[in-house]
Amino acid sequence: MLRIEYVYWLCGLLLVACAVHDLRARRHASAAFWGLLALVFLGGDAVADASKQGEVLPAQCVGIAVIVLGLIAGAGLLRRRPQSVDAAEVLWRRQSAARLGHGLFAPALVIPFGTLALSLLQPYSPWASMDRAQATLIALGLACIAATIAALWLTRAQVRDAVGETARLLDALSWAALLPMLLAMLGAVFAATGVGEAIAHLVTAVIPIESRLACLAAFAFGMLAFTVIMGNAFAAFPVMMAGIGLPLLIGQHHAHAAALGALGMLTGYCGTLLTPMAANFNIVPAALLELRDPNAVIRAQWPTALALLVVNFALLWFFSLP
Amino acid sequence: MNYWPLLGVAVVVLGFALRANPALVVVVAGIVSGLLAGVSIPDLLALIGNKFVASRNLLVLLLTLPTIGLLERAGLREHAQAFIGRMRSFTLARLLIAYLAMRQLLSMLGLTGIAGHPQTVRPLLAPMAEAAAEKIDPALGTDAREQVKALCAATDNTGLFFGEDVFIAFGAVLLIQGFYAQNGIDLDPRSISLWALPTAIAAFVIQSLRALRLQRRLRKDAHATH
Repeated sequence: MLRIEYVYWLCGLLLVACAVHDLRARRHASAAFWGLLALVFLGGDAVADASKQGEVLPAQCVGIAVIVLGLIAGAGLLRRRPQSVDAAEVLWRRQSAARLGHGLFAPALVIPFGTLALSLLQPYSPWASMDRAQATLIALGLACIAATIAALWLTRAQVRDAVGETARLLDALSWAALLPMLLAMLGAVFAATGVGEAIAHLVTAVIPIESRLACLAAFAFGMLAFTVIMGNAFAAFPVMMAGIGLPLLIGQHHAHAAALGALGMLTGYCGTLLTPMAANFNIVPAALLELRDPNAVIRAQWPTALALLVVNFALLWFFSLP
Repeated sequence: MNYWPLLGVAVVVLGFALRANPALVVVVAGIVSGLLAGVSIPDLLALIGNKFVASRNLLVLLLTLPTIGLLERAGLREHAQAFIGRMRSFTLARLLIAYLAMRQLLSMLGLTGIAGHPQTVRPLLAPMAEAAAEKIDPALGTDAREQVKALCAATDNTGLFFGEDVFIAFGAVLLIQGFYAQNGIDLDPRSISLWALPTAIAAFVIQSLRALRLQRRLRKDAHATH
């Protein structure tokens, strides 16, 4: 049976290969960064098992590794390589593009369509006993393997070239690649230390609870602000619902529960468009597209986010309250 | 009520405002918030380690990189650009609106993994949009080029966020239903996802208008310089 850990081990091996590539190119800080991350991926399963049995030392070692990763990134040791503008290389790519034509799209399309096909086949396949979220990731992993093989075959490249190209893209992503995992960690620390309850407590202390408009505005603004802070509307929803939605809007002002829930969540999504904390949607793409301004995607999104905020608030006001 | 852990939030806000390295800011915020809540250092290290390990799923996008790198080396971007360059009727706004519609409809069907920043935006949408923008202004400046690419990423996000909530088996809908169920309010997931439809339509209209606006501005700028 296929387990999700195999996908993580594959990520670990890819990171090891990139670390070795960086080491050979005398980029020591990058090699240390990706090598350390590779260890977390290769040993993550063992760490999780040890924690379940009450052995905390491996998890503490990962905790120290996370701090070291943060320090390497914070010290500015991860330098991006200069983008090559070698004319001969550009000409070679143009000729290769003309020769291969639409065939070049095929391996790129293997990833989405392969993932889709494998997820649809999931009920009839060996990883059927997995829960849905993991089955999708396993399908993605398998599709990526197939796509890499297709790309190697199509372009007649060597495995060495694949590692070199991956290292190039990883160095373009740099610390941004790590940010989603770090933010998930921060969200968990915030939850464990009661940051959410403290914010909900503060908000309810300052609003006039007998006013429907004030309660609704506090709920909508709270969803937005808390999502901006946490980078995730899912984290904001239970906190704002428990603090304002249930006791005040539904309990006292008899709001329509389905509309309040759906539109409240969507109000949080407007916050997701605005915050660097939602790194995998806002910061990672800026790095992937090699934009100079890390906040360029947020700058492109704020007018959409504000317009949708107005729409959501109007819908909440007219449809969720009786 | 212990308000001290809120200083962790202040660290995040301050760190981003001062443009410190975000990875370091997040690590420091976690440590500050934990220590102020009275968590001991060994417990805090274990908490950080365990949560970091548990979120490995967020980095599986790494596995798309070898394919994308190899194809780019063999001229994927150059081909995507040449392809759009040949199609006269495919303007920048039409490209972005078509992508938005596709992304939103697929998300509504629960097919969110079929597109995304590494899978489709970097290798396909961004080079096509650049080529479409170059048809408007052959001497496209760096700032305008980056705006076009950033709007590609924004279009993908908008399509995903305001499509997926209409799908009943999506996490957010189940989270809402689960939260209400725990608090004694039983709802059909369909009644929740139905309320996401008006915002989905508004998101499509707003983002489409913004694509048209960017195109109009690029045309005006091209006229002004030539």
